[in-house]
Order: sequence, then structure tokens, then C-alpha cells
Amino acid sequence: MAVVTTPGQVARTTAADLEKRAGADVAGAVFKWTLIGATTFATAFLGVLLLVMVVDGWSVLSGSLGHFLTHGFSQSADNTGVWQGILGSLQIALVTLVLAVPIGVATAIYLVEYSGGSRFARLVELNVRNLAGVPSIVYGLLGLAVFVQTLENFTQGRTVVAGGMTLAAMVLPIVVITSVEALKAVPQELREAAYGVGATKWEVVSKQVVPAGASTILTGTVLALARALGEAAPLILVGAATGFISFGDANWLETFTGPFTALPVLIFNFARQPGEEWAANAAAASVVILVVVLMVNGFAIYLRNRFEKKW
Amino acid sequence: MVNVNEPIAGRRAESFVSVPISDDVAAMNTEHATDQQSPHDAVFAVEDLEVYYGEFRALKDVSLDINMHEVTAFIGPSGCGKSTFLRCFNRMNDLIEGARVEGRIDYHGVDLYDERVDPVEVRRRVGMVFQKPNPFPKSIYDNIAYGPKLAGAKKGDLDDIVERSLQRAALWDEVKDRLKSSAYGLSGGQQQRLCIARAIAVQPDVVLMDEPCSALDPIATGRIEELIGELTSDYTIVIVTHNMQQAARVSDRTAFFSVQLNDEGMRTGELIEVGETRAIFTNPADSRTEAYITGKVG
Repeated sequence: MAVVTTPGQVARTTAADLEKRAGADVAGAVFKWTLIGATTFATAFLGVLLLVMVVDGWSVLSGSLGHFLTHGFSQSADNTGVWQGILGSLQIALVTLVLAVPIGVATAIYLVEYSGGSRFARLVELNVRNLAGVPSIVYGLLGLAVFVQTLENFTQGRTVVAGGMTLAAMVLPIVVITSVEALKAVPQELREAAYGVGATKWEVVSKQVVPAGASTILTGTVLALARALGEAAPLILVGAATGFISFGDANWLETFTGPFTALPVLIFNFARQPGEEWAANAAAASVVILVVVLMVNGFAIYLRNRFEKKW
Repeated sequence: MVNVNEPIAGRRAESFVSVPISDDVAAMNTEHATDQQSPHDAVFAVEDLEVYYGEFRALKDVSLDINMHEVTAFIGPSGCGKSTFLRCFNRMNDLIEGARVEGRIDYHGVDLYDERVDPVEVRRRVGMVFQKPNPFPKSIYDNIAYGPKLAGAKKGDLDDIVERSLQRAALWDEVKDRLKSSAYGLSGGQQQRLCIARAIAVQPDVVLMDEPCSALDPIATGRIEELIGELTSDYTIVIVTHNMQQAARVSDRTAFFSVQLNDEGMRTGELIEVGETRAIFTNPADSRTEAYITGKVG
């Protein structure tokens, strides 16, 4: 840059200096298009997966969807259905929710608000973070050993309750971590404001901090639940039925302590049977589970929006 | 109408000290009364106060009095411990892990850090306005009503308390038609006046202000300063400010703090001098005060 002395000199060079130059920000452009490419790939991958599932399961989805949704397992590929799986999955999700959310949120509140950053609390948090990475099959073994066998008097063995407890143990670390992050994100100014007008710890936590973090906690919980809904391995280990099951004349409540199956388990079962008809059933059941998960998520988002009053 | 200066009837108004043994309270009251220069005027008497964060000494050896119905300003460079000191008066430092106070603060003759003292009750009597306006994510009305409700105010009195507090904070005319709308819809200056209204709604004795105008434009700052002047008829005010002109404009007494670097590079704040604001600004006793207020340092 030359040293410019007069307005005339400045005027002569300004137009040229300000002109857009080709290749000025090549790295930026490359980066942007790489990002777009990655996004397109991920979306396309999902789209293809969905398309394959719908195409493969088309014979079932178009021909006998009503029958498929409302009937139980049958040895005949033409006659089988996923009703027991839908019911089982929803029941398990309910048990998981009822167990994991209160325990998980309570743990998070303790860790963030009450532990005072003690060594014990840091150890717990570290462990919880590690537990979130433990493979689900390990939780299946835990469920088999603890919930099915040791606690048989309570769970009645291989039942919805045992399955729900197993999945609750699996998602508990996720619920704890997302809740901890949600509570840590609540600004300290809010706590100080409440303490400043003479609120007790209980009043600060229950009336300010938890409500402020609630919508994030809810989002995390729903993601955890969606993961639980898709799990087959731990449920097979704790004894989900992979074939014909009968509820007898048990009412809805009694089925919680009866034999059970779940949608992912049914998919697994369908997929290992020989023949194209079974493959179609597996694909159709996959579409069903996707729809169920989407519906659960949608309901949670609806709840969150109603819950989260924007100020 | 509710008289703002009357304590709210309710669970919190009964006793400042959680132990209801009157001898104890009396003992706490008289223990140090003789040490004070003017026991009737001093709301707070601070003696040899030191504040530690863990091993780190943030503030050393402060002694001063805060007089009733006066504005006391704390000035000094960043890191001199003036905000830390301010937060000792309503035990807000209790919330910080590892914070520890040595020495003594008497509040109307009662040792604030006596283990029988309930910090929640202290904070109801010693309100606070923070650096950044921090209204609750609630309506304007609920922001004001929150504290009185906690203190057990009757539902029927809340409307009056809200109106009185907002009028006292010079905000009523601007918000009376939208009390039920979000406090976040207010401008920064209005939010800070809302926070002042919130603080005085619980009828405190003292209002602490931690750089209340640092996030505000000059016009909003002017309104707050005007308000501070009006509030001294009912309240004792302690204000931390970076702005020396502000201290000169609003305060009766000024305390100048400075910061010392020790051998390990740790910064410890200390009180250099305290006195009538006019004296501090026109004829400071210490050369460090003079250097700071004349702009040679800091």
C-alpha cells in the first residue's frame, strides 16, 4: 500500500482497490460447499433408507396395512401383524419414562444445585458420562441378571416391567447428562435475582431454575426415549418374545407383568425368516416403528411448545 | 393502601434470627455496640473484614461504617474487590463455592456472619440490584410480586405493593397499562428500574447496587441516579460504581479501594480511604486516591 497524500490520488486508486477480485476467498467457498455436500449426503442417505423400506414393504403397506397393524404374530407371513409389538413398545416406553425421568432429573438437580461441586459429585458425573457410552447389550445383561432374576418377585421375570426397567437403566445416564447441561445453562443471574429478594434455596430451585431448564430437559428426555423405542438387543436378552405370544384374557394393566414383545424385536424376528414375504413384513414394521417414534417426538415437541412460555 | 415502610406480616417478618431466644438476640445486639462510633446512625459496622476465595485473599482488612439513609459509594479500579465487598452485606458471597469471610460485619449491632443468622432473612432486609438487569422471565407484575409473595404478603395487598413499588422506582407511568406483559419487553433502563422496584417491593432496609448503570445509556443512567437520590429518604444505599462522576453526583460518602499485586501475582483489594464524598474528591488524604480520581491511574 502506497502512502497516499492527496484526495486526487485516493480517488484514482479507490475504484480499483474496492473491486471484487476473483479467488479472494477460495477457502471460504470450498468450506461452504463441503458443508452443503455433507448435509446433502446425510439427508439423501436417510431418504434412500426410507425409500427402500417403503418399496420393500409396499406389498404389506398397500395391501393389508389395517390387518398388519391390528393383528398379532402369526406363523404365516401373509397373516402376521405387529399389534403386540406396538402395544409392547408403548408399554415399555411408559415404564421407562416413569422410572428414568424422575430419577434422572432428581440426580441432575442434586449434582448441579446441591452437591456444591464436591469430589463425590464430580465422580458421579464422570461415571454417568461413561455409562452413557456403554453398549445397550450390556444393559441387557444387567437387566437379565438384576431385573429378571434377582428381582423376579417384583418384576415376575420376563415381563414388560423388567424390559422397561432395563431400558430405563440404559437411558438414565442420557437423561441425567442432558438435565445437568440444561440446569447448568440457566444463568446465574436468575438465581441471584431470586436469592436477592429473599428466596430460600428450595424456592430458587423449584420456582426459577427447574422451570427455566424444563424445556431443554424435556427435549433430552424425548431423544432418550426415542433411542429406547428403537432398541432390540437388550429386550431380547431380558426375554422379549420373538414368536407367538398370547395375553390370554389379561386386561391392559395385567399385561405389564406378562410376556411381551416390542417393535424392534418383531423386526428382528421378521428379518431372520426366509422368503420375500417376511422381508416385506420387516420393512413394513420398520416404517411402523419410524412413524411411532415420530409421533412420540411430535407429541413431546407439542408439549414443549405449550410448556415453554416465551417471555 | 399499604404503607411501604411497614414490614409485611408473615413468616419472615417475625424474627430476623432463626433462634427465637430473646436473650440470645439481645446478647448479639450488645456484644459490639460499644465499639461503634455512632451506634444509632450506622446500619453496618465493618471491622477488619477479609474475604477469601479458597486460599486466595481477595480483600484485606476493611473497616468502615455504612450510615443510615445515606448513599455510600465504593469506587476503585477493576479487581479491587469492591463488588466482592458489596456482596458481603447480604451474604451473596455464600453462594460462591469456597468464598469465606473473616472479620466482622455488624448489621444494627448483630453479627451478620453469626451462625444463628439466617442469610435468607438478611437478603430480604438487604436487597440488591445487579450490574446487568436481571428480571425474572415473568410478567412485570409478577417480577414485583414475587418477593412479597415469598415473604407471605396477602394476595389482596399485592396490587398495592406492585403499584407503590413501581411508582417509587419511577416506572409506573410507563408500564401501568402492560403489567401482565413480559418484563423482557422493557428497555434496558426500564428493566433496571424494574429490578430496583423488585428490590424495594419487599421493603428492605438497605439496597445494594452493583454497578447498576454500567449497561445503560446516559439518559437511563440519569434517571437511575435521580431515583437513587429520592430513595435515600426511606433506604440506605450502597452503590459500587466505575464511574467517578457518578459517585460524586449521587453519594454522601465514598470509599476508595485499590488493588495490590503480591509476589505470586495475586491481586488483593484494600480500602485506601473513606470519608465524605466532597472531601474525597476535593481533598483526598491519600496520594493513591488523588491519582485515581484525577485520572493519572486507572
